[in-house]
Amino acid sequence: MLNVKNLNVAFGGVKALDLHDFSVDMNELRVIIGPNGAGKSTFLDILCGKTQADDGEVIFDGNHILGKKEVDIANLGIARKFQKPSIFGSLTVYDNMLLAARMPKGIFKSMFFKMSSEIKDRIYQVARMVRLDIHLSKLAGNLSHGQKQWLEIAIVMLQDPKLLLIDEPAAGMSDEETYRTGELLTDLAKHHCVIVIEHDMSFVEQIANRLVSVLVRGKLLMEGSFAEVRNDQRVIDCYLGRTNTQLE
Amino acid sequence: MKKYLTSDSLFYIILITIFLIVLPLGNILGFVSNNTISLWGRYFCFAIAALGIDLIWGYTGVLSMCQAFFFCLGGYSIAMHMLLSASGKGVYSAAIPDFMVWNQVDTLPFFWEPFHSFGLSLLLALALPATFAFLFGFFVFRSRIKGVYFAIITQALALAVWLIFLRNETMLGGTNGLTDFKSLLGFELSSPGTKLGLYLIAFLTLCGTFLFCRWLVNSKFGKVLVGILDSESRLSFTAYNVVNYKVAVFVIAAILAAIGGVLYAPQTGIITPGRMDVKASVEMVMWVALGGRGRLKGAIIGALLVNYLYSVCTSLFPESWLYILGILFILTVLFFEKGFWGLIEMLEAKLTGWSSAKGSESLKANI
Repeated sequence: MLNVKNLNVAFGGVKALDLHDFSVDMNELRVIIGPNGAGKSTFLDILCGKTQADDGEVIFDGNHILGKKEVDIANLGIARKFQKPSIFGSLTVYDNMLLAARMPKGIFKSMFFKMSSEIKDRIYQVARMVRLDIHLSKLAGNLSHGQKQWLEIAIVMLQDPKLLLIDEPAAGMSDEETYRTGELLTDLAKHHCVIVIEHDMSFVEQIANRLVSVLVRGKLLMEGSFAEVRNDQRVIDCYLGRTNTQLE
Repeated sequence: MKKYLTSDSLFYIILITIFLIVLPLGNILGFVSNNTISLWGRYFCFAIAALGIDLIWGYTGVLSMCQAFFFCLGGYSIAMHMLLSASGKGVYSAAIPDFMVWNQVDTLPFFWEPFHSFGLSLLLALALPATFAFLFGFFVFRSRIKGVYFAIITQALALAVWLIFLRNETMLGGTNGLTDFKSLLGFELSSPGTKLGLYLIAFLTLCGTFLFCRWLVNSKFGKVLVGILDSESRLSFTAYNVVNYKVAVFVIAAILAAIGGVLYAPQTGIITPGRMDVKASVEMVMWVALGGRGRLKGAIIGALLVNYLYSVCTSLFPESWLYILGILFILTVLFFEKGFWGLIEMLEAKLTGWSSAKGSESLKANI
């Protein structure tokens, strides 16, 4: 589904990302972990067109996506959830979801848009999944932080993408909310390809059903199951070396 | 109990009663001077332009500082037509407008030719600003110029075109602008009937453009505009081509300004480059800021009130108008971020909150 080869990005001479070989299959949920500054978010930025790569090759669903614009990449079926919730704060939750829903998005199509029961049902269905169905008429800016995270996940889901890029979904959530988010993502991975960046190790344990990739200083350190990664001496070293005890 | 008299319905009732019934009837019966009618007629033109500014700045968050230029493109187009249709009746009885005679020009410049026809003039009055906004907007927005940089670029544009229009060689009357219009479509501009007619046309056009804008902001297109203000990147990652939307709203705002200009020139009797200098565009933005950005009614009220205040203040204390406007602007920015209409909405919300609280108390008492 997604194949990355020899991807290079440098910011001001500092190599931010240097990926030789990375791939994700259909209906796979891949977790990427790594210390701060490892290039995890940069990697997702490149996949969704926010940042341009210096060189390399990224093939998604048979299309080269490097150099394409955000809109074209979104139309190919890649959707991104950011670390800091990026939603439309002065619109209602319902309108946020309406803007996201998959439909023709040209100017005139928007001007003469008529609500169809199909789109409405889809919005209600997704709203129930992220437990926002009772907040549909609320302004998105007034939601709690966790609810904003869910709203953004809903926005990403409503685009019916093939690949979902999810950046730290559990940040700022309570344990119960985190668990719900984990269930949601595992559910999504049944029909979509999902890449999740996460720091919270118990959350990673909950969602990682196949492979976990470890990025360190822009390079892929290792890939393996959660248990393998957790017990790998190199991984422990690089986390402990940064006095980060999350892995213990 | 349902509340019928909201600030919304009050707005429509007051506006329609005063401007569609009281003022025109008063004019016919002789209470209201022709001058007052023309004055308000011109304010309606400003309000139409203000609607456009509200769309692009209030809703979309893109600060355009060249709306007065689009306004003048509309005004100049219709002014050129009026001058040409009066040709031969000027002081020199020449087939070209008088100012050209002063400038020792003896043939009509080629770009004046299309303005012999009223229909073509009207078409050009809207098509010129629309095309200009489209091309300019396309290149600027495609280069991802936004925020304060867009404001500066449009302001530079306003300054540049102002300088061009000031030159006599531009053949548009230079500093003096275009004036001495006689008639439009055969109606004498000096007659009270024509003045009242133009006033009514301006008011009805304002109503029409208001309804159009209201339809626009309530459509999904309007929600995308608000989305641009909130989070432009989220929109592009949600597969909206933000550049197209920005260009579209820039073109719409330019056309609205031009419509205002077309109705302005015949009512004022003169159009000069002074209408399109940098200050004029800034003032237009201030109407919307004072009235309440992001609210169509706020834009209309802002344009009408500020201009009315301008005419009152300049006759009472001629020197102090800029100070008054400045103080109002500072007060608005500091305390009433949502402008005059936002203030009214807030008061109304407080009042209804208060009365509904009282209502529920009395309900409890009944039980």
